[in-house]
Amino acid sequence: MTDSVTAVSASPRRTSAGGSGPRAGTTARRRRRTLTAYLFLAPFLVLFIGFVLAPAVYGLWISFTDWSPFRDVQHFIGLQNYADLFTPGSTTSGDFWSSMRATAIFVVASVPFLVVVPLLVAVLLNQKLRAASTFRTIFFAPYVLGVAVVGLIWGYVLDTQSGILNHLLHAVGIRGDIPWTVDVPWAWVSLVGVTVWWTSGLNTVIFLAGLKGINSELYEAASLDGAGRFRSFTNVTLPGLRPVMLFITTTTVLASANMFGQSYLLTTGGPGNDTRTVIMYIADQGLSQNNMAPAAAMSYVLFAFLAVVSIVNFRLQRERVEKRRTR
Amino acid sequence: MTATVADVRRRPSTRRITARAVLYALLIVLALIVVLPLVWMVLTSFKTDADAIRHPYSLPSPFSLDAYRNLASGQQPILRWLWNSFSAAAIQTILILVTASMGAYALARMEFAGKKVVFGLIISTLLVPPVVFLIPNYLIVQNLGWLDTILAITVPGAAGAFGIFFLRQFFVGLPLEIEEAARIDGAGDFRIFVQIVLPLARPALATLAVLSFLNNWNDFLWPVYVLLSPEHMTLQPGLSMLQGAYRTHFAIVMAGAVIASVPVLAVFAVAQRQIVDSVTGAAVKG
Repeated sequence: MTDSVTAVSASPRRTSAGGSGPRAGTTARRRRRTLTAYLFLAPFLVLFIGFVLAPAVYGLWISFTDWSPFRDVQHFIGLQNYADLFTPGSTTSGDFWSSMRATAIFVVASVPFLVVVPLLVAVLLNQKLRAASTFRTIFFAPYVLGVAVVGLIWGYVLDTQSGILNHLLHAVGIRGDIPWTVDVPWAWVSLVGVTVWWTSGLNTVIFLAGLKGINSELYEAASLDGAGRFRSFTNVTLPGLRPVMLFITTTTVLASANMFGQSYLLTTGGPGNDTRTVIMYIADQGLSQNNMAPAAAMSYVLFAFLAVVSIVNFRLQRERVEKRRTR
Repeated sequence: MTATVADVRRRPSTRRITARAVLYALLIVLALIVVLPLVWMVLTSFKTDADAIRHPYSLPSPFSLDAYRNLASGQQPILRWLWNSFSAAAIQTILILVTASMGAYALARMEFAGKKVVFGLIISTLLVPPVVFLIPNYLIVQNLGWLDTILAITVPGAAGAFGIFFLRQFFVGLPLEIEEAARIDGAGDFRIFVQIVLPLARPALATLAVLSFLNNWNDFLWPVYVLLSPEHMTLQPGLSMLQGAYRTHFAIVMAGAVIASVPVLAVFAVAQRQIVDSVTGAAVKG
């Protein structure tokens, strides 16, 4: 009896202290803390498990089956849906890859404008202006509108016959019959332009915050060294914005890759299926055509592509942090 | 030396004045490009159909409320959509505020078994594109019998990780002393949370409320597919129906766009500081 007591006290670091002594108190208290914490988390976790975790797993499972609303029993068919996507000539692969191609075209065409235009506007706004905050408010405003409103307004501005833009172009003597939403490449010009109009404000305010974070002494030093506006932009502003630039480029690539509403409302994916993005195709196949299993597989393939973007971004960001530490 | 540099700076050279003028001119042109489509939307909504087609870019003459009258009495129940949009956005915002604040408090202040796993799971889903949840969530909502109800457009969307992540950051930054003092006075966890932490978190909660409201109000893809009958629609899918129904009636469609955008522009006018600060916060901290 005394032996065991000394044994316990001789090894105070032992974790299993049984049911006696002060340790039992801490374990009980720890259990109560855990219980309290999970009670606080419970409402969120119910939603999170029900509508985030469960669907993530459920969607993956569906993509491995021949799931159909018209079938009573589903069969596990392994990677068949994925294999079909990568087999030229299968029912889904042609349309899927042409929608991936449309998405890629939109990403490549839109991201440079969605980064450069906001950068230039932010630089203009950063010039110690009296009305800077008013301009900032104006430039950001379209971003709070829903895509449906944006689609309605621009649908009429860009209409080939009765649109105000062709009206204006005709009035100033340029051709007045540009097929803004019904033919390529004009449809891409419209989709990119409308997206720039709608969302530039977001990147502008982020760039502006980044510009405010650049040490003003660096500009003074540069100007004492005889650097002009352009030189101090390339040698002070751009390097100072690198982390913000990385963030903006990544989030903009992801946002453009997820484009849906603009095409759905302005071009309805046309002409033909030229501007039908992958999100549009997945939603159409999965929810309108009842091809849920292939559509689920497509969404995971898209996820894999976008994960690469995120991983590259994460790598670059970590490199940056490490460099900063060693400095 | 420094005096001469300052002197040179202070003297307003003509070059400097021209530079300023060019700068303002540029900004005004850009601002016009941003604003004119919105002005055009409002002006067109106050025109008659004939006026809208014949004079696309003049002031309304006669000034007419026909478009709004036609909308209110027409086939499409747009006032119903307005109400549906408003109640869905309000319900989802409340759901997010309650669940995210409680969960975020546990993650920020409590030590418990499995904390790292729970937090890691929540954060990792921020990287998953929303389309991955589209089809399975549709099936789940269908099985729950929620299709074409307000539950479909409020509950699943409240499960996102953004709110809990955002509030946790805020709670971590709050000073511990007040909570500890309250604990010594014998207050329990829930009382500390409700009576001390939540009032302190009011600015963060307000920001999250504004963002959640706008997000739900503007959501497009999901309501287009889960809402089916005209009387259950919200404004966003409703507007795209409107476009189909009134193909050539510019004024009516623009009146619909005005009705859908006035509430969000009003929220923006009131809360623009919070909105702008919250969207820039994530980027600049990193």
